[in-house]
Amino acid sequence: MTGFLVLAVYIALFAASLLIVNWVTRSFFNKSDYTALKTVTFGDESAVRANRVASVLSVLAILALWIAFTNSTLPFPQAKGPYDGQFSFTYTSTLEDGRRDDAEVVVLVHKEDLQLSRDEEGKPLRLPSKPEVEAGDGFARNDSLIIPRYGSKIISVFGNDEFKRGDGAKVTHLNGQAVDPGDRLELEQGVLSLTPKGGVFFEPATGFRMARLYLPAPEVTTNRFLELNADGYRNFTLLEHTWASLQRVLFGFFFGALLGIPLGYAMGLTNWARGWFDPIVEFMRPVPPLALIPLMIIWFGIGEESKVILLFLAALWIMAIAARAGVSGVAIAKVHAAYSLGASKSQILRKVIIPNSLPEIFTGARVAMGVCWGTVVAAELVAAEKGLGMMIMVASKFQLTDIVIVGIILIGIIGFLIDVVIRSLEMWLVPWKGKV
Amino acid sequence: MSELLIENLSMRFELPNGGAVQALKNVSLELKSGELLSVLGPSGCGKTTLLNIVAGFLAPTEGQVVLNGAPVTGPAPERGMVFQQGALFEWMSVRKNVSFGPDMKGVPKVESARTVDRLLDIVGLQDFKEKMVYELSGGMQQRVALARCLANEPDVILMDEPLGALDALTREKMQSLVLDLWKETGKTIILITHSVEEALLLGERLVVMAPRPGRIHKEYRLPFADLGVGNDLREVKKHPDYATTREQILSMIWEMEEEIMGRTEDES
Repeated sequence: MTGFLVLAVYIALFAASLLIVNWVTRSFFNKSDYTALKTVTFGDESAVRANRVASVLSVLAILALWIAFTNSTLPFPQAKGPYDGQFSFTYTSTLEDGRRDDAEVVVLVHKEDLQLSRDEEGKPLRLPSKPEVEAGDGFARNDSLIIPRYGSKIISVFGNDEFKRGDGAKVTHLNGQAVDPGDRLELEQGVLSLTPKGGVFFEPATGFRMARLYLPAPEVTTNRFLELNADGYRNFTLLEHTWASLQRVLFGFFFGALLGIPLGYAMGLTNWARGWFDPIVEFMRPVPPLALIPLMIIWFGIGEESKVILLFLAALWIMAIAARAGVSGVAIAKVHAAYSLGASKSQILRKVIIPNSLPEIFTGARVAMGVCWGTVVAAELVAAEKGLGMMIMVASKFQLTDIVIVGIILIGIIGFLIDVVIRSLEMWLVPWKGKV
Repeated sequence: MSELLIENLSMRFELPNGGAVQALKNVSLELKSGELLSVLGPSGCGKTTLLNIVAGFLAPTEGQVVLNGAPVTGPAPERGMVFQQGALFEWMSVRKNVSFGPDMKGVPKVESARTVDRLLDIVGLQDFKEKMVYELSGGMQQRVALARCLANEPDVILMDEPLGALDALTREKMQSLVLDLWKETGKTIILITHSVEEALLLGERLVVMAPRPGRIHKEYRLPFADLGVGNDLREVKKHPDYATTREQILSMIWEMEEEIMGRTEDES
């Protein structure tokens, strides 16, 4: 239900910002560079440029949705929230001989994350105590209960009554309305219903916002990030966790490239190496590194070793295949030209084959780093004492969703930065890529 | 002086499907030092195979190529190559490309720098010395390829459709440049082309090859290359013999093409 609402709002934001931005751009800015003058843009890929305003708005839209559909305290329009507060309803207990009596139930719905929040002095908030009610007159007595938001409870209304269920008492009315078992009564504060067995069941209204357990509000997540940054998590600072993951990736990738690239060159340059390593590479390539985790743990234990070896294996085949493709991508005319100019085999390798394969090597490196980064997180889920993967795994066991989200955002950002670094290295080292 | 003998070359190779291709059959040629030979023929006549054998990239099944009394067994710097396109090293500047040959031989930097300067002056690219080759136009790239080949001081220059990928105007300019370089350096040149005009203009000698099996069909000795040195090539084309020779060769090639077409239709 909420999911469809979120989707609908998202689509509306997409369409509305498109219309508004297009209108603003057309009215106030007049671009006249070459691409802007093209009349055919739909179908001309070169005329499609990422609209940076759209990119910024896209991120803002996600933030807006995040605020709108969580119990955020930020001043921003929000979806209807869950009910919290105190209200009361009446029930009517009817005996077999027709006698009936009304009683009141006071319900206090409190915030579900009270214990996770802190007051001004920094102490965790306490659960409120049950509202005190007077018993009232008649055989049905007044009750009170407390219930967290997003919770639900069967209310034992007969608990303090003179006549209980065993004495033939039955709830026949709720708030003065006649009800049968199975009936529901929709209130502003939630849903009151009579269970098939005749108990009173209350479910406070949840609205359209997600509970903290499912998705903590942006400011909660930000605060958690600041807190993690200051105090660390599980004996290690956030930086140490990040560095631990990054270090494994760098080591694994380094050794993978160190062995994989020469392996790929050998496969691209000699029949025997091509034949010898082909079955191994082609067999290992489709095996997802995650499938190797159990074997790595059996062989090398749960320490650093097994993780780095796993990442080494993840990078190895990718780099070997990239280097092999780089060698096969050399135009034969270049090799012939170099031989005709008097180059020896080792000169051909150093001056022609290696530089010519750089674009492929970089493409491979980007893929390999991506795979390694994905694999390290998964490897840390299994056993590690530090690392971003370990952090989100342990946090999830304690239902600390905010830490999980901080971890996910960090993993995403670092993965993106790795790609940016490799791409700028590539622009610097392979300036001729795509220009030949 | 340097003399290139192509003796009775035959080239036959087996296909994966069990058939065999006779790419060349009994091709013999004799080139004196400083001769400019253009090789013309329909596609599939084995002209590129012939050039690859002379360059040493392919071994013939029969016959041999002898340069200055020594048989050719592989690629070597005394036989320089100029390719159609894409044979320059994109990761090097124009200067580094041209000095590639001397650098491989370990020629001292000062000396190779002098050679590079001289050659870039000749091909008119002195101002582009430090540019990367991908920043140059197609015609300029071929000038670099010529200079790179010359920097190695080869005895024979083998050109595999070097101007094939250029536009008509650039091509004309480059044809003049090739003629000038030929006269200036006195190198023996074998030029493969599929353009009849180019073969006529640049060929002191012209060989027309016929396909299936690849063989020499007819040989001409032409005055146009000498006339063209230092002159406007458009003037050379007005020579009375030019048009008649061109028509003669064109119809010869047309006949060959039709014969091939007819033969394929019979087979199917």
